Amino acid sequence: MEYAVLPKSGYDKFISFLAKQKKLVAPVYKGNNHYAFEPVTNAEQISLSYIPTILPPKKYFMPQYETLVEYDTHEGQNMQAVVELEDLILFGVHTCDIAGIQCLNMVFIDRPRDLNYLIRKNHIIIIGFECNNYCDSDASCGLMDTYNPNGGYDLFLTDLGDYFLVHISTHAGEELVVKSKAFEDVKPNHFEDLKALRKKKEGIFKPEVPVNRDDIPKMFEEGFDCEVWEEIGNRCLSCANCTNVCPTCYCFDVKDIPNLDLKTGKRIRIWDSCQNEPFAKVAGGESFREKRKDRKRHRFNRKFNYPVKRYSRFFCTGCGRCTRVCMAEINLKETIVALAEQTGYIKKSAKQEVK
Amino acid sequence: MEKILINRSGYRIKEAKILRTKKMTETEKLFEIGLADGDSLDYDPGQFVEVSLFGVGEAPISICSSPTKKGSFEMCVRSIGRFTSAMHRLEKGNEIGIRGPFGVGFPVRHLEGMDILMVAGGLGIAPLRSLINYILDNRRDYGKVMILLGCRNPKSMLFSDEVDGWGKRMDVNFNCTVDKADPDWQGNVGVITSLIPGVDINPEKTYAVVVGPPVMYKFVISEILKKGIPDSRILVSLERHMKCGLGKCGHCQIHDIYCCQDGPVFFYDRIKNLKGAI
Repeated sequence: MEYAVLPKSGYDKFISFLAKQKKLVAPVYKGNNHYAFEPVTNAEQISLSYIPTILPPKKYFMPQYETLVEYDTHEGQNMQAVVELEDLILFGVHTCDIAGIQCLNMVFIDRPRDLNYLIRKNHIIIIGFECNNYCDSDASCGLMDTYNPNGGYDLFLTDLGDYFLVHISTHAGEELVVKSKAFEDVKPNHFEDLKALRKKKEGIFKPEVPVNRDDIPKMFEEGFDCEVWEEIGNRCLSCANCTNVCPTCYCFDVKDIPNLDLKTGKRIRIWDSCQNEPFAKVAGGESFREKRKDRKRHRFNRKFNYPVKRYSRFFCTGCGRCTRVCMAEINLKETIVALAEQTGYIKKSAKQEVK
Repeated sequence: MEKILINRSGYRIKEAKILRTKKMTETEKLFEIGLADGDSLDYDPGQFVEVSLFGVGEAPISICSSPTKKGSFEMCVRSIGRFTSAMHRLEKGNEIGIRGPFGVGFPVRHLEGMDILMVAGGLGIAPLRSLINYILDNRRDYGKVMILLGCRNPKSMLFSDEVDGWGKRMDVNFNCTVDKADPDWQGNVGVITSLIPGVDINPEKTYAVVVGPPVMYKFVISEILKKGIPDSRILVSLERHMKCGLGKCGHCQIHDIYCCQDGPVFFYDRIKNLKGAI
């Protein structure tokens, strides 16, 4: 069984079933065109039509604050390494955010492995949800080619009118489908519907910036000293909003939180940001990315250049969050256009406006 | 939230004990460390460890002893921040935690049979001493050994007893300089770059090894290149804040390189085109 059909009439039943299995987390509307992944118990709480949530599902895989080690110094330096985890079903995850989780997987499985991440991720079931159209104009999933499903989920739902076609990718996903008793068998016309949707999407999702994706790492390499970095560096406030909301930013700090007895406590990991000035500072006082332009350029290169060398994939998923949250209105697509113009990589034939 | 206990975490420390300390200068203190389980730490010259003091935190510290010395290892620590000042308050018998060793040290196999020019500025002598002592302990496996040392003033000279010994050995060409002399100083005065033109080297078979504060590299390397040593035979050890040591946290990243895993020792030709690396 690779596909199944969930009639819209069975949707409520399926969600209620999921909520009874494990803690269920799904996109919830928070007002002012903002959404967040939050625990839900029924279908009414869920907003299936949503723009990317304030924080990506990264927060469940790599929590903002997590304990790595518990220590006791009453007699020497005693410690116990721990993993904090929670059985979860993540429902309604867009393909861009699934791509983000795939990026994080690569980082944390790379040796030396990060067991805190790897153990935790095996306790999370991912149910994806297809975007039939752009969420808004800040997204660049056309350029990054993340608007169609490309693995990394247990189940994947596509809204095809009065039913969802569901791709069953794992045994864990299959169990949910079978046990929920909310599904019907798939018929040939369902695949035709899916094919028609995907074809329609090819007409909708186009590279939002007129550059060849394969040229991007080279463009960043050659554009290291371009004016665009100075220009966005001058505007940047170093607030680190962009790194916090990024589905693939994983930089962290490790620090000790002593208990009141000052003998016991924990060593924790918290999110950190390469946009903060002290991030690349050493004890001697030297700061290796002292200027905002250095730090902005570093972050962009960590999405479009360095990970391509290290992990053979882009670490931008095109979700558009960094653009939406930037208080200085630094826009990812405009930045890439400016860089492409300054390096000569802009497609001359396509004098199209940035969408 | 459930919590499970694990044994194989990258954040697990090895318990260790301070066997000996020695105040070296006003700001530097030497620590000799033994692992609690009695094992020797298995490391290469030029590697570093994360030193842990629960309640204070962790800091990356380079090992300044040679792995040829068994049973214990040494670190020379400058008191400069919160962690290192807490470390300076520790004495013989106190316990600390150790993670590592981490990273890529000096490629001693590449160096075998070659002449070695070693240049250390300031605290750079600490990681370089691990290589110097390794080479001196395997002296016949290496060609000519040249050591150039620079520091701010005679009082800030580290490992001065050993340095005197290097100066007296017939199988070491040694020279040193201070930026600023005091009345008793009889040696060279000037920056370390001034010593390089005077060394007699065969560029065909010499490796240069440079360790020092970030500002030093550009000037020293340019002098070394003038001597005809190619950039593929210049080694540098770069200083960055290796927070996790595991190639993840991002603090020590230079372009696509993680200094803690891919370094801290690099062949100069690997990093010379990475802007901001040195």
